[in-house]
Amino acid sequence: MNAPAPNSFRTLPDDRGHFGQFGGRYVAETLMPLILELETAYRAAKADPKFTEEFEDLLEHYVGRPSPLYFAPRITEELGGAQVWFKRDELNHTGAHKINNCIGQILLAMRMGKTRIIAETGAGQHGVATATVCARFGLPCVIFMGATDVARQAPNVFRMKLLGAEVVPVTSGAATLKDAMNEALRDWVANVHDTFYIIGTAAGPHPYPEMVRDFQSVIGREARAQLLSRTGRLPDLLVAAIGGGSNAIGLFHPFLDDPTVKMLGVEAAGHGLDFAHAASLAGGRPGILHGNKTYLLQDDDGQITEAHSISAGLDYPGIGPEHSWLKEIGRVDYTSVTDTEALEGFQLLCRTEGIIPALEPAHAIAAVAKVAPTMDKDQIIIANLCGRGDKDIFTVAEALGVEM
Amino acid sequence: MSRLSSAFAKGHPALVTFITAGDPTPGATPAILDALVAGGADVIELGMPFTDPMADGPAIQEANIRSLGAGTKTADIFRMAADFRARHPDVPLVLMGYANPMTTRGSEWFAGECQKAGVDGVICVDIPPEEDPELGPALRAVGVSLIRLATPTSDAARLPAILEGSSGFLYYVSVAGITGKQQAALGSIEEAVKRIKSTTDIPVAVGFGVRTPEQAAAIAKHADGVVVGSALVDLVAQHGADAAGPVEALTRALAEAVHSAR
Repeated sequence: MNAPAPNSFRTLPDDRGHFGQFGGRYVAETLMPLILELETAYRAAKADPKFTEEFEDLLEHYVGRPSPLYFAPRITEELGGAQVWFKRDELNHTGAHKINNCIGQILLAMRMGKTRIIAETGAGQHGVATATVCARFGLPCVIFMGATDVARQAPNVFRMKLLGAEVVPVTSGAATLKDAMNEALRDWVANVHDTFYIIGTAAGPHPYPEMVRDFQSVIGREARAQLLSRTGRLPDLLVAAIGGGSNAIGLFHPFLDDPTVKMLGVEAAGHGLDFAHAASLAGGRPGILHGNKTYLLQDDDGQITEAHSISAGLDYPGIGPEHSWLKEIGRVDYTSVTDTEALEGFQLLCRTEGIIPALEPAHAIAAVAKVAPTMDKDQIIIANLCGRGDKDIFTVAEALGVEM
Repeated sequence: MSRLSSAFAKGHPALVTFITAGDPTPGATPAILDALVAGGADVIELGMPFTDPMADGPAIQEANIRSLGAGTKTADIFRMAADFRARHPDVPLVLMGYANPMTTRGSEWFAGECQKAGVDGVICVDIPPEEDPELGPALRAVGVSLIRLATPTSDAARLPAILEGSSGFLYYVSVAGITGKQQAALGSIEEAVKRIKSTTDIPVAVGFGVRTPEQAAAIAKHADGVVVGSALVDLVAQHGADAAGPVEALTRALAEAVHSAR
């Protein structure tokens, strides 16, 4: 149980793609050669200064990075405790952090000579970001999206179509993110010769969790440098919402070896942990799905159970394997926030700071609202504002009983 | 000689048939299994339903949904297997499915239940050789065959790793894709089987997209066995609890074609 703490929390995965017992490459044999080829190509790209240069150039001039680190005075005052700062990744082109990863993966896809892009999407943010980079680089794009999500995220569906993507509604299962991912894997297995699968979160078979984390780590690297230059110190607490966990690992990873920085990942508790929810760490146990071993919502027989969250982007019964590992070794704390609390967080940020957040970071805001008052006024929290809320106003209106 | 070895040593190619356990209900499965045996199947693959069958096409996805909807539990599947073993002492039975239901209580538990129920082999779609420790050692320790898959993308460099630790037979997936879809060109199958057989003595059974006796016979000219799944599962979808008759008829036609192919 009490294994000695490693010298660094930033050296995994190992060469088999494992984070402790988590991660790995649990895919059909048809995909294995491609997964290995992808790993080799990613290693080469990572070592190539030209690749990094192109990635950073696009992040600056196309995405609009660095995103601001914003001290939020009124929410800080209202909560009456620690200073609350937001990493403004909702100001990125396309309105969420997802684009960071899509830029990295499409550059890799082209490097590998792939000519067709597929992706899954839940809320539609990753789908929009993928469709965007495909338009930018002129590659055909197919987005798999659960039919339930197609219905509740209509604006993003239209955005993807405007950007030239084909959106395929998936009707199997609960017709949400996990089913979209199954269908994307089915497409990939049948089109391995020319197709690159841009996975949107830090999950899936190795090397995806590592690769997505690396591309998203720009969030934490910037935040660390920005806060140091503004205050001369590191934050006391980082807070981020977790579905698959890409925005959270992107913020957390560059701080993992700073022992004074605590971290809080916020899962979606949906209707509450005793009811339908999407909190894999709080309510699940380790298992194997979508290419990796990680915490999953499942029954005694290992059948995957349906997740629920008001936020389509958090509505997933698994979580990235590195988060499962960080939970087990105790480096990161994880909590959960209900739909109702997230709606309160959503409105709190609108009212106090004039920022309409997506329902995903509204979960992080709700957690900040709980924890900030328990901290000293000279302490600093950075919360990741990983997406803007335009896409969610219809869902929020419905939840608040407002006719639009 | 093991039941699996015997099935591939009858002097003719083997017919390997797949159905999903508990489809459409757990109660219906024994009669359908008996129909496969009566029709002349040499090896039976019993699919373990899973909520997220990522490698399967619509036919087997639907079978999984029907089975789970009817309440099929892992315990029911082992009961079906044990009862099958009592009724058919000599017909090899293989469980096929996905990693999570197989490993969720620990691989030793799963391997032990397989052994107790008289299961001869296990095919796990999403545990490649790289993740063998997850299931392989436990199965080998109790003498249950781990049957691996090879595909058109498994090049010569990967074949030894696939063969290492596998036994019973090698399942050659003839198309890069999901179950029940298009069939591969015969020439490519013949070439692939030849290539695999030059490196191993394990029998090679070919599947994915094989639907008719004619297709099965053409493949059986070159392979040690032919796997048919979705076409049988379609009959179960169509006839439900009364599927045994039609399943036996198709199995008989397939068996005659495969057994007399060369």
